[in-house]
Amino acid sequence: MPTTEKYNDHVVRLFLLAAAVWGIVGMSIGVLAAGQLAWPALNFDVSWLTFSRIRANHTFGVIFAFGGSALMGTCYYVVQRTGHTRLALGRLANFTFWGWQLVCVLAMATMPFGITQSKEYAEPEWFIDILIAVVWVSFGTVFFATLARRRIQHIYVANWYYGAFIIAVGLLHIVNNLAVPVSLFKSYPIYSGVVDAMVQWWYGHNAVAFFLTAGFLGMMYYFVPRQAQRPLWSYRFSIVNFWALISVYMWAGSHHLLYSALPDWVQSVGMAFSLVLLMPSLGSAANGLMTFDGSWHKLRTDPAVKFMVLALIFYAASTFEGSMLAIKSANSLSHYTDWTVAHVHSGSIGWVAMITIGSLYAMAPRALDQPAMHSQSAMELHFRLHTAGLLLYVIAMWAAGVTEGLMWRATNPDGSLTYSFLASLVAIKPFYWIRLLGGVLVLLGMVVMAWNLWHTAAAARANLIKPIPVPIPEPTSHQTPSPLPARA
Amino acid sequence: MQPRYKYLETIEKHAGLLGVLIAIMVSLGGLAEITPLFMKAHAVEPAPGIKPYDPLRLAGKDVYVREGCHQCHSQMIRTLRFETQRYGAYSVASESVYDRPFQWGSKRTGPDLARVGGKYSDQWQRLHLLDPRQLVPQSNMPGYPWLAKAGVDAQDIQARMRVLRFLGDPYTEEEIAAAPEAVKDKTELDALVAYLQGLGRHPQPDAAAATTAEPQS
Repeated sequence: MPTTEKYNDHVVRLFLLAAAVWGIVGMSIGVLAAGQLAWPALNFDVSWLTFSRIRANHTFGVIFAFGGSALMGTCYYVVQRTGHTRLALGRLANFTFWGWQLVCVLAMATMPFGITQSKEYAEPEWFIDILIAVVWVSFGTVFFATLARRRIQHIYVANWYYGAFIIAVGLLHIVNNLAVPVSLFKSYPIYSGVVDAMVQWWYGHNAVAFFLTAGFLGMMYYFVPRQAQRPLWSYRFSIVNFWALISVYMWAGSHHLLYSALPDWVQSVGMAFSLVLLMPSLGSAANGLMTFDGSWHKLRTDPAVKFMVLALIFYAASTFEGSMLAIKSANSLSHYTDWTVAHVHSGSIGWVAMITIGSLYAMAPRALDQPAMHSQSAMELHFRLHTAGLLLYVIAMWAAGVTEGLMWRATNPDGSLTYSFLASLVAIKPFYWIRLLGGVLVLLGMVVMAWNLWHTAAAARANLIKPIPVPIPEPTSHQTPSPLPARA
Repeated sequence: MQPRYKYLETIEKHAGLLGVLIAIMVSLGGLAEITPLFMKAHAVEPAPGIKPYDPLRLAGKDVYVREGCHQCHSQMIRTLRFETQRYGAYSVASESVYDRPFQWGSKRTGPDLARVGGKYSDQWQRLHLLDPRQLVPQSNMPGYPWLAKAGVDAQDIQARMRVLRFLGDPYTEEEIAAAPEAVKDKTELDALVAYLQGLGRHPQPDAAAATTAEPQS
């Protein structure tokens, strides 16, 4: 039966705009924080500008504000296209946009003033946590209600990942943030000591697994085949990888607590599952990369493809690194050093940011009803800035981390320690400057992207009151899990 | 579709079933690893000598938490020889039973603080917190001058102690009643210094074991 419905891309565009803005905000704060570590005078002795207060603004800003907006926007875009249906519950979808922006603004405005739970990646206080839970349940409702009204029976792979991302993040958020308030601005978690540590890293590790991996794999599974204009390399492989990834990841959190006071058996289980995790992680990366088989020539001409391919390579590299660092003996060297910082940034600037930027460049012209992005050369410039910044950042922090790890454990022939702690800090100062330069380049790239999006959206901005409707194509009789054919 | 893919096909065509199976698969790891710890934490008493923070140190601990010190300073001496050599006996679980949230940290831009208590004088700690580079010129730690200007709120500390008692920390009514006296005229800087000077300074439950046993290297 033909439909007269149109895709709801209004909310998608809002999230696209929010992602660009939060990306710049979050990364600017990251640049400030990197500057403060190299040159502490940048703390200015002002409480709300101090490193220990604003680091959470950087992590929350890039993970939840930038990443979250990009994930929710692409999720709404993908679930409509793969189901040949309009987004369900349009007003609730609008609420998820404004609700999420309110969450981000409240979190960013409270944390620098010391209103924080001080749990890594779960800093916002209890009243913001409740709002996050409400918005998240609404997001899940819109997503599953849209799946329920899909006009294609088979649910495409990207949606499995988005579904797992929504369910797992909801579970993690609620369990990790259980707390009893003392006042509006202070609460105590119900867990303490070793239990809190385990819950926190179960959360922290799986925020990486489901927010920064599963969600972005959902993005990858739609936009990579779409941009490569090839069907997904292996559908069977994606089934194995999906179920293995979502079940194994949840066991691996304790590898953040190796050689700590956590019971030994939990440490060992975490290490073992981290190694098992190599299979689905590398499998997902391979499935994405092999999808480009036959269209590698696009690497020469399409900047979105460049971003996606490099994203997948960094995904493979950083998950491999993650599993290796979960081995106890390797972890004894890397833990507590800047190697950890290198690892998360090769994952976040390399994988998360690049797959997002690639997807945004693929999605923006279509969501804005334009033939292409405003400027091809600006996309090329962004790619070069981003890649150069990424490499400078990650290599500097690898070098710093290995230096610290080796200096902390170095002993003289008589068995005494060779270096003071301060000596290791002095030794890595030059790397902090290089890292700052890398961060600045990545940020400049984001500014170039924002400029490009602004001009691509010129027509949409002119029609802000009357959004451009995008017609919904009819499903063909035998829908396969492969993506839609390319637009003319 | 071949028969052996029949079940997968069923899952992939029913959004509700897919959602339920995802929820089950993602719950297993946490159930297996967290539940036993949670049961054990409720069954085991803190080791002798480990007491809830007194009001001033509690205020100091909450300043430490608020300022986010854990982002650069761990409180977890690992079971590694070069760690125990640098920082003292390795940390044990019973030492952090009253830490909400736990302060083990994940990154050391500065040194571990699990046993920093008594290593420096009160005056050193005070000056160092106000302006670290005055004492350690190469340090990149920020200064926290505002702590000297902010007083500790007695009523707030009492409210905090009541919530902690509700969560299971054994504060008595007398201790809560005496709290305002303990924090009278104290600044947040006083409280934080008191907290830092108390870190690791209790009869260490496994002290003998930790110094004689061979840590893994």
